[in-house]
Formats: sequence, C-alpha cells, structure tokens
Amino acid sequence: MLKLLLSRLATAVPSIVGVVVVTFMLTRLLPGDPAAYFAGLAASPQAIAEIRTKLGLDKSLPEQFVGYIVDLAHGNLGNSLSTGQPVVTEIATRLPASAELTLFALILAVGIAIPLGVLAAVKQGTWIDHLCRIVTTAGVSLPVFFTGLLFAYVFYYLLQWAPAPSGRLDVFLSPPTHITGFYLIDSALTGNMEVFWGALRQLALPAISMAIFSLAPLARMTRGSMLSVLGSDFIRTARASGLAPGTVVFTYAFRNAVLPVITVLGMVFSFLLGANVLVETVFAWPGIGLYAVNALITSDYAPVQGFVLTMAVLYVALNLAIDLLYGLVDPRVRLDS
Amino acid sequence: MTAVPALAVEDLSVEFRTRSGIVKVLDHVGFSVDKGETVALVGESGSGKSVTAFAVMGILDPAGKVTSGRALFGGADLLALSERDLAEQRGRELSMIFQNPRTALNPIRKVGQQIADVLVRHGGATRSDAPRAAVEMLKRVRIPDPERRVEAYPFELSGGMCQRIMIAIALACRPALLIADEPTTGLDVTTQAVIMDLIGELAHESGMATIFITHDLALAAEYCDRIVVMHAGHVVEAAPARELFAHPRHPYSAKLLAATPGETVSLAELASIPGGLPDLRRPDLPACRYSGRCERRIDDCTKPLPHRVVDERHVVSCWNPL
Amino acid sequence: MIPLLRHARYVLSENPVTGLAFALFAMLLVAAIFGPMLAPYSPLQSNAAMALKPPSAAHWFGTDQLGRDIFSRVLVATRLDLSIAFASVILAFMLGALSGVAAGYFGGWTDRVVGRLADTIMAFPLFVLAMGIVAALGNEVINIVIATAIINFPLYARVARAEANVRREAGFVEAARLSGNGEARVLLGHVLPNIMPIMMVQMSLTMGYAILNAAGLSFIGLGVRPPAPEWGIMVAEGANFIQSGEWWIALFPGAALMLAVFCFNLLGDGLRDIIDPRQRT
Ligand SMILES: Nc1ncnc2c1ncn2[C@@H]1O[C@H](COP(=O)(O)OP(=O)(O)OP(=O)(O)O)[C@@H](O)[C@H]1O
Ligand code: SF4
Ligand SMILES: [Mg+2]
Repeated sequence: MLKLLLSRLATAVPSIVGVVVVTFMLTRLLPGDPAAYFAGLAASPQAIAEIRTKLGLDKSLPEQFVGYIVDLAHGNLGNSLSTGQPVVTEIATRLPASAELTLFALILAVGIAIPLGVLAAVKQGTWIDHLCRIVTTAGVSLPVFFTGLLFAYVFYYLLQWAPAPSGRLDVFLSPPTHITGFYLIDSALTGNMEVFWGALRQLALPAISMAIFSLAPLARMTRGSMLSVLGSDFIRTARASGLAPGTVVFTYAFRNAVLPVITVLGMVFSFLLGANVLVETVFAWPGIGLYAVNALITSDYAPVQGFVLTMAVLYVALNLAIDLLYGLVDPRVRLDS
Repeated sequence: MTAVPALAVEDLSVEFRTRSGIVKVLDHVGFSVDKGETVALVGESGSGKSVTAFAVMGILDPAGKVTSGRALFGGADLLALSERDLAEQRGRELSMIFQNPRTALNPIRKVGQQIADVLVRHGGATRSDAPRAAVEMLKRVRIPDPERRVEAYPFELSGGMCQRIMIAIALACRPALLIADEPTTGLDVTTQAVIMDLIGELAHESGMATIFITHDLALAAEYCDRIVVMHAGHVVEAAPARELFAHPRHPYSAKLLAATPGETVSLAELASIPGGLPDLRRPDLPACRYSGRCERRIDDCTKPLPHRVVDERHVVSCWNPL
Repeated sequence: MIPLLRHARYVLSENPVTGLAFALFAMLLVAAIFGPMLAPYSPLQSNAAMALKPPSAAHWFGTDQLGRDIFSRVLVATRLDLSIAFASVILAFMLGALSGVAAGYFGGWTDRVVGRLADTIMAFPLFVLAMGIVAALGNEVINIVIATAIINFPLYARVARAEANVRREAGFVEAARLSGNGEARVLLGHVLPNIMPIMMVQMSLTMGYAILNAAGLSFIGLGVRPPAPEWGIMVAEGANFIQSGEWWIALFPGAALMLAVFCFNLLGDGLRDIIDPRQRT
C-alpha cells in the first residue's frame, strides 16, 4: 500500500509541475501590460512601474518563473487589489464554504446515481431503466446556473420552502464555532441544531443543482459497468453455485462494477469544481468561486490566478485520492505495485 | 438397470429471441445420466451443449426460453421449479464448472471467501468455521499450501489452480450431479490431464453423476462411460463410449470419428466435415438437421426423425443409419 | 454506404428519440441562419414603456428590464451561441485530430509531447481552466472560442491517438506506405480520413458541452458583452429579477440553451449508434 501511495504520488508530480507552468503562463499572457492589469485600471504610470518592479516583470522570463516558484513556496499568491488582503488568506477563509458545498453535492450525486444505475442495470428495459436514461441525458443538458435559478424561483419565490438564495446562513443566525469550517459539521459537533437546520436549508438548493449536473456520468457508468459485470462469467458461476440474489448483485456484481465508477469520479470532480463557480454566483455562496467571479468583474487578477491554481491543485489531489481509493477496492492494483 | 437415473432430460426445447428472429437452439433434446456415471456431451461448436447445461441449471440468459421438456432430478422437475427453489439446489445438489477458470472466478474476492460463500449459503459451514472448511476443500482438490492459497486472489493463481478452485466451489457441498462444461479448455495439455483425473477421482469417490461437455472425442473416450452426440440442437446418437467408437451408427458420429485420427485432435480443429450447421432461424428447418451435409440421405429423411434403439443403451436418430 | 443507410434507418426506427434530435437540430439551424430575419422585433431596441412585461400575444416570451422583446433576443442569440460552440469544436478537432494522429502514428517523442500537453490540460477542472484562459487572453468572444477549444483538445487528441495507433499497422496504411507515399501523405490521406467517422461522433458529443461552457463563461461576465443577445448573458440578466418573481427573463434563454445542449447530446448518442461499428449489436 505504501508503495502504491508513493508511485501514485510520483505520477502527481508532473501534473503539479504542469499546473504551475500553466498558471505562470496565464499571468504572462495577459494582453498588453500585465503590470497595468495588476495595478488596476485607474493606476498612474508611476504605480504601474512600481508594480512592474514588484512583480519582477522587468526581469527575464526564466528569472520571473523562478520568482514565481519562490513566491509559491512561501505561500505567496499576491494581494487582492480591491481588499488589499493576501490572496492566500482570503482563499483559505473561503475554501471551507466551497468544499462543504462541493462535497455535499458529491454525496447527493453518488447517493442518487449509484442506486439508480444499479437498478437500471438489474431491471434493464423497464421503466426505471428509461428513467435513468432520461435523468442522465437531461442532467448533463441542464446548464447548472439555470437549474439553480429555476430552483430559487420555484422553491424560494413561489413555494417559499427554501430560504433566500443568499449565502450559507440566514442573517439572523450566527455561524457555529469554527472547528472544521463546515457549518453542518461544526453545528452538529457543538449541538447547535438551529444553525444545523439553517445551514442545511441554505445548502440544499445549490447542492441539488450541482448534484443533478454531475449525476449523469456516475449513473451512466454505474449502469454500463453493472450490465457488463452481470453478463460476465463469474456472475454465472455465482448463480450456478446457488448464491442468494442479494449476494450475487451486491457482493459479487456491484463490488466489481464500482471500479469503473471510481475512475469516472475524476470527471465528476471536474464537473463539480467548474459548476461550483456558477452555482456560488447564483446563490451568493461565499466560497472561492464567487470570490474569483467578483475579482474578474473588477479586473483584479491576483485572486483569479490564485483561484485557478488552488482549484487545479485541489483537483490533482482529488485525483490522487481517487487513485488510492481504486487501489483499496481492487486487489489487482494494490498487490501488483 | 431399472434404477432411477440421477438426471433424465426429456423433450427439452429452448429458443432464443434475437434481433434477427427466434433461434430454435434445442429441439426435443433427451438423454439421461445414471448415478455414478460419467456421460460426455460432444458435438461441434454451436451444437447446443452449453445451452443444454444452462437450461438444466436454470441459468439461461434472459433472452433464452425453455419451450418444452422436463429435467427430472431427485424426483423433481428442475425446469418447473421456482427460481428460489432452484437456487437452493444449485451449488448443493447440482453443480457446474466452466471453461476459462480465470474469468469464471470473482476477480476481486479471495478464493477462500468464494468457497466459503457457497458453504455458508447451503449450510455446509457457519461463517466462523467456513475459512477452515475452505482450507479443507483446497486440500481435497490437492492445492499445495492451502492455508496460504485461501488468501489468494484469482489473478495470483495459474489457470490450472483456478480450475481447481472452481472444482472446489462446485464440489463444496457434495452435489449429486456435476456438469463440467469444457473444463480443460485454455489449459495446457499436462494440466488438462491432471484436472480430468481429479474430477474423475472425486466423482468416483462420492458416487457423483457427471456430465462432461467437450469437443475432444479422445478425451471423452478416455474418461466417460457413455457418449451423447449432439448436432444443431438435436441428440443424434447416444451409446456407451466403446461401442460408439467401434460402431458409430449415425452418419454424423461416423464422420466425427473418421475425422479424429490421432488421440489429441479435437473437433475444433476439424474442417473436414463438409458444410456447416444449418441456420437455426429458418422457419422451415428440415426434420433432420444434418440432411444438408449427409451422404446417406434417402427420401424418408424428410419425415419426423425416428428413435431407433440399436440395443438397450444405444439409440440413434436417423432414417438410414450405418 | 448503403448498409450504413440501412443501419441508420434501423437505429432511427429502434430509437425514435434520435429522430427527435434531428428535428430539433434542423430547428436550431433555421433559427441560427434566419433568426435575425424571423425575429418580430429588433433584439437591441429598448423601450422603457414596455419594461418587464410578462409573456403576451405581442411579446411571446415577455420583455426584459429595458423593454426588449425576449423572443427576438432568444431567436437571434442562436447564431452567436452555436457559432461559438461550433468554431471551438472545429478548432479543437483540428488541433486534437492532427496532433493525436501524429502522436499515434509516429509514437516516440511526438507521442510524449502531445500526451504531456493533454495531461496538463486534464490536470485542471476544465471550466476553471477556461475561466483562467479567458481572463488572461482578454474579454473577447474569440477568446471563449479558444478557451473552449483548448479544454476539449485532450479528448480529441486521445481518441485520434488511439485510433491512429490501431490503424498504424493496418493493411491499407501499409499499402499506401509501400506504394511510395510520404509519411505526411499517408497520415493525412489515409489515416485521418479513416478516423473521421469516430471524430464526427466526438464532435457532436462535445458540441453540447461547448455550448454549456461558453454560456457558463458569459454567465459570469466573460467573453460576450452586453447588450449582445446571448443565452448565457440573458440568463445572467434575468437572475437579478428571479427574486422579485420576473421569471420569464431568465427562463426562456435558459430553456433555449437547455434544448440546444439536449439536442446535441441526443444527436451524439444517435450518431454513435449509427457510425461506430464497435457499438453495433
Ligand atoms: N444468448 C444467446 N442468444 C442467442 N443465441 C444463443 C445464445 N446463447 C447461445 N446461442 C446459440 O445457441 C447455439 C448453441 O450454443 P452453445 O453455446 O450451446 O453451443 P456449444 O455446443 O456449447 O458450443 P461451444 O462448443 O462453442 O461451446 C449457438 O448457435 C448459439 O448461437
Ligand atoms: S436422417 Fe437421413 S439425412 Fe439425416 S442423418 Fe440420417 S440418413 Fe442422413
Ligand atoms: Mg459451450
């Protein structure tokens, strides 16, 4: 297992290098004078020149790159123009909000998609199979920001079941004591049920919008791999040995079918992290996506760069975790390495 | 000879629904296996040997349907049992081993657990003493170092080892009938002999009836008491192995034998029987499905096939047998 | 060709949804080509007196905060949305197919460079990378096209690479090589045409994603700028009115967007059934 961990860590290194190089290139690609952008639109030539020296833009590209790496190594992503705060701190304080939303959406998506996919495969050709197909095709076709708005209109404006789409918690409630930064977990840990329900109600609509969007690849893959596993030789052996239908479907078929589903989680995270930006915009969710969008509007580029880098590093880390999870489930990978 | 056979298949017909129409894969198939007897089911690829076995076990694909017949086993008709009752019998009273042992085992479950699953399911052991019972089973199929091997995954074992595991799973509950569907395909020649000897011995030990499905006439002659020849979903001839080799009566059996010069040549390699199997989707299949390739065809051959009893144990379905 | 047509007819009869997708596609094409001619009002003409009116006989989809006719705007926007998606898919195809075929055909360092490039792009959550690219290149429509093409590039490169790799040793390629054709000619004249069908399926499948991606970018204010009619921007504008109950401003452009994506996704699945022989049963 340790060997597996090390070998997978080694494969993540080129990804991280690629990510760092690309984010560096993105800052140099800024049309016109990057210093002017980083200085803001109303900056004086003097201020621009100052920024240029500060950013090291007067140096050669390799030197700049080294400077960028050194900054990264010191956890320095620059400062936000509009708030003057270090981007790292701002991202760090906002990350739990995004993480809570994304993980909750993932749990919802997995919780719906996998049973749906399994049922669709076991009852192939029945109404549940057709339902699965409709849900998956419709799910990927729905722009996530549009679903979010639609939900807000129906459940907030029309039915008034959901709270106003504005943030993580009603203004009348104060956030729970900071432990993990996840409101649901923190409020549950401190036994603050009022805040727990409040946070859950705020979380529901954005998380469901995201879950619907990312459900499709999971459900499709579950159905497909269940179907192929159910048709395989060892399932016939299991049936020929008279094993109970539940054992055949879950212990034998499902545990094998879940392997390809784990690999598709990478794509699901790509969907979720992207959708995150849009959903946070719709629901005024105070995470890093909204932070980046607000920075974009004010042409404040350091936060945008920091955001892209953070997301990419997170994504590489998630992919690593997925690889390890795969190794845990599949002995062939675990023991081969 | 009046004893009740372990398994008697009568009049078994099976159809498959496919996109290009209904395929009549089995047509009134009948044969029987006595207790302690080993019967070979031979015939070229596509003749319906596996489908016969699957139908008896009740594990046909959803597209397949039994349209007529009975499979009498232990006083009950297997084909009439509910899926639940049949599942009780499978693995306990009647078992099956398949070709390609590597793919026939669950790739991500330890082989010991796979044996234990069957034992626990059929009350052969409790969850707590199943691991020990699994080791016992590995000993019975002569796997060296059984304590360590129960912890192995199929991919860590050779094909021959995997087939022994399959045999252990099939025999775990000491069934009365074993169906072995080409159990040695994909194994090298020495392993083939070892596996066949093992099945033969275990069957002999427990007085188990065995159906051995194969392409390989030589193998069938060596290990089986009787041979049932299938062609295009028909049983064309059934006879004691030695008699069939000495006096084949059906033109197809004769061709098979004539085409088997050495001991190691299998039917799969034979291209010498002219023509192929008829298209089983045709609505106007001839009464004798071999008539398209037969050199002994006579006018009577268009009539429904007869069951000619050569002697008590030798039956042939042909209007103009040798 | 005839068996393919027969197979197409079979697929259509087996799966009428694909027929529906073709019909939707035709509708979208008509809207994209003739939209500006068919629109009952000017998509840009504001009319303060008519602001925020719900759907009516005169304004089927209602009017927005500036009194512009939403139906006309949704209709006219078709061309821009589809052009962005189409251009980016074509660009992704050209970059991806060429480099992928070269990688699969030559192997060696070509393969490694292309593979590393694709892996690096795939190391990002794709929408986030697209955001970063548009932010860096500047707020222009063309940059949406470029960003969307870049994030789709790895898909094309991988499919093309795998297909070319399989065909490298194929008889017809060998024959072309032996009859004295240069590597480039073999590649462009023999390998590439043979992987076209499967690339077509890929293109149709990524069209839907490209539309979503472009609309998402303009939703957060990247690329297309108001007052240009574009579905993503229109939904963003409507978002401000959802909480006060003016649903139609966001609903209709959003529905158009959804329908277009739905259409291309269905079409992609249908095309795959028709073209990709490995999926045939
Ligand atoms: N699931 C199925 N759907 C349609 N036809 C089938 C199916 N399974 C089997 N058949 C048909 O049934 C016929 C008999 O198949 P079967 O597998 O029993 O042959 P076999 O004698 O076991 O051959 P082999 O020696 O190759 O295993 C074949 O013609 C095959 O096409
Ligand atoms: S019945 Fe007639 S055609 Fe058929 S095998 Fe016998 S002789 Fe040949
Ligand atoms: Mg078979």
